Amino acid sequence: MTPLVEVKNLKQYFPVKTGLFKTEYLKAVDDVSFYINEGETLGLVGESGCGKTTVGRTLLHLYEPTAGEILYKGTPVTEKNIHSMRQKMQMVFQDPYSSLDPRMTVEDIIGEPLDVHHLCSSKAERREKILHLMDLVGLNAEHATRYAHEFSGGQRQRIGIARALAVNPKFIVCDEPVSALDVSIQAQVINMFEELQEKLGVAYLFIAHDLLVVHHISDRIAVMYLGKIVETGTADDVNYNSIHPYTCSLMSAVPIPDPDYTRGRKRIVLQGDVPSPLHMPSGCPFRTRCNHACEKCAQEMPPLTDRGNGHMVACWVK
Amino acid sequence: MEDKHLLSVQDLHTSFFTDAGEVHAVNGVSFNLDPGEILGIVGESGSGKSVTAYSIMQILESTGKITGGKILFKGHDLTKWNTSKLDKFRGKNVSIIFQDPMTSLNPVFTIGNQLVEAITLHTSRKGEAARKRAAQLLTLVGINEPERRLKQYPHELSGGMRQRVMIAMALACEPDILIADEPTTALDVTIQAQILELIQSLQKKMGMAVILVTHDLGVIAEMCDNIIVMYGGRICERGTAREIFYNPKHEYTKGLIRSIPNVNNMKEKLVPIAGTPINILNLPKGCAFCARCDNCMKICLTEVPEELSINKDHKASCWMNVKEAFEERGGTK
Repeated sequence: MTPLVEVKNLKQYFPVKTGLFKTEYLKAVDDVSFYINEGETLGLVGESGCGKTTVGRTLLHLYEPTAGEILYKGTPVTEKNIHSMRQKMQMVFQDPYSSLDPRMTVEDIIGEPLDVHHLCSSKAERREKILHLMDLVGLNAEHATRYAHEFSGGQRQRIGIARALAVNPKFIVCDEPVSALDVSIQAQVINMFEELQEKLGVAYLFIAHDLLVVHHISDRIAVMYLGKIVETGTADDVNYNSIHPYTCSLMSAVPIPDPDYTRGRKRIVLQGDVPSPLHMPSGCPFRTRCNHACEKCAQEMPPLTDRGNGHMVACWVK
Repeated sequence: MEDKHLLSVQDLHTSFFTDAGEVHAVNGVSFNLDPGEILGIVGESGSGKSVTAYSIMQILESTGKITGGKILFKGHDLTKWNTSKLDKFRGKNVSIIFQDPMTSLNPVFTIGNQLVEAITLHTSRKGEAARKRAAQLLTLVGINEPERRLKQYPHELSGGMRQRVMIAMALACEPDILIADEPTTALDVTIQAQILELIQSLQKKMGMAVILVTHDLGVIAEMCDNIIVMYGGRICERGTAREIFYNPKHEYTKGLIRSIPNVNNMKEKLVPIAGTPINILNLPKGCAFCARCDNCMKICLTEVPEELSINKDHKASCWMNVKEAFEERGGTK
């Protein structure tokens, strides 16, 4: 079976001027491969600067990838066909405040993708579609003529989701869609994502740093560190049976809202900070903070190997 | 009675006078803090948790004013103190660390400059002695090569490092109380773990009291002895960590706990709290949470619920508890 979206050896380097004539490359995403099946949610987690947002944006060609392939149902996504591909792949952004045009009404914001892709033959049809979308994400019809600033954060995120759904996509990249929201509102939006998936069968790439939320919503999870995927597998495997030392420390660092549980466990506190992606350590990027690092880790990047049930880990030691 | 507690906040009211009218950010908050205690204040944006902390430090914005109540520090009411007395009090007795370590450090001075300034202002150490103390403090908060760091500017340090510098500065005069206002919200999980661990170990070492203000229930569960839950500028529930998490008695607290993923059953559906966070510009007459509460009764709309003791470690302000207590007694008064 061909997966809905497949990424093969994706690389995204950004040139950085480090001197008058000197340009170095920041390896934001370095040789990343993964797949997403139809109607599935893949969670992408990692700390800031690990390249998770860049992966999401490169998938939709918001950045031109340096190397590698992105396949949608086996067809390569390229600069030439990206316009039509964006009917099938869409994006929801992190910040519901800056991702909506303040001078457009809700109707225009949601209607814009319909116009761009010529999906409506008449004004009445356009209007009907917009109202249907608003209903889908739980917005009232009378909100159609209002502007984005009149809404709260949670409602704005709903507008952003309606806009993404307008072209009836099969795949949506959700880049930190709930991290700007209050806890009680987060739950509303997360539930909506789940309901939409049941109703419409869309697949998500769910990028977030809140590991509890990602575990809750995802079928599978990929963990990134400095531009590389270090561990991937089912949500439960990655959380409960994590193997890679980075994933282990990440999981043990998550504050769990359960006093007895959280005080009883042993936390693995990492030393030091994430190295600069401009001066990546040789071999495994995590070795500078890893308690298990050996000589081999400094020489060569470990490949992802299967540890059973599709649980892939990139580590020489574990 | 009054000097028994290190800090005692009594019926605190803080308002902001804006163009849109008076905004009642804190409406009658009372709590006590004892030496060596870690108190957590949790709530959503606009719940008044940060304003409560700023009121204690008396560092409200120019439009903000404490309109009622007392803040007793070792029995003395700070709301009556003048600026020079407060200047001595801040830093020496109570220190604060903020959410964003980038904007709370001055970008044009070195770390050393800023640390030494705090030390010379509040202690008798001057010159070389102050500089030595600064280096010592950096070592205390786990920064290596302190001598080199002292010469660096804030932008040369990472977020976690900057927050460590902020903590070092806050601890410069060994305060009795450390207020941490969302100290780890801007940081990554692994760095957050480092900072929380640091605050915990310093608290044990120096025996100070900590007020931890945050919206993150996980951080609260991990760190705090006692918890205050705030909504709409009022305290809706208070108690020990175990009581709040395992036996919540206010509809808002119950809702909060239901709306985060359950660790024991990750795939369980979340139950969100309906509606949107409260607009403190027009507070309802009764319970602040009534508009979003599933069990809202008539009395909730018109009267602010009184605080009721659930047991000796636990109090909640919710009419539901009054109703339940009434029914338990068979409906007779």
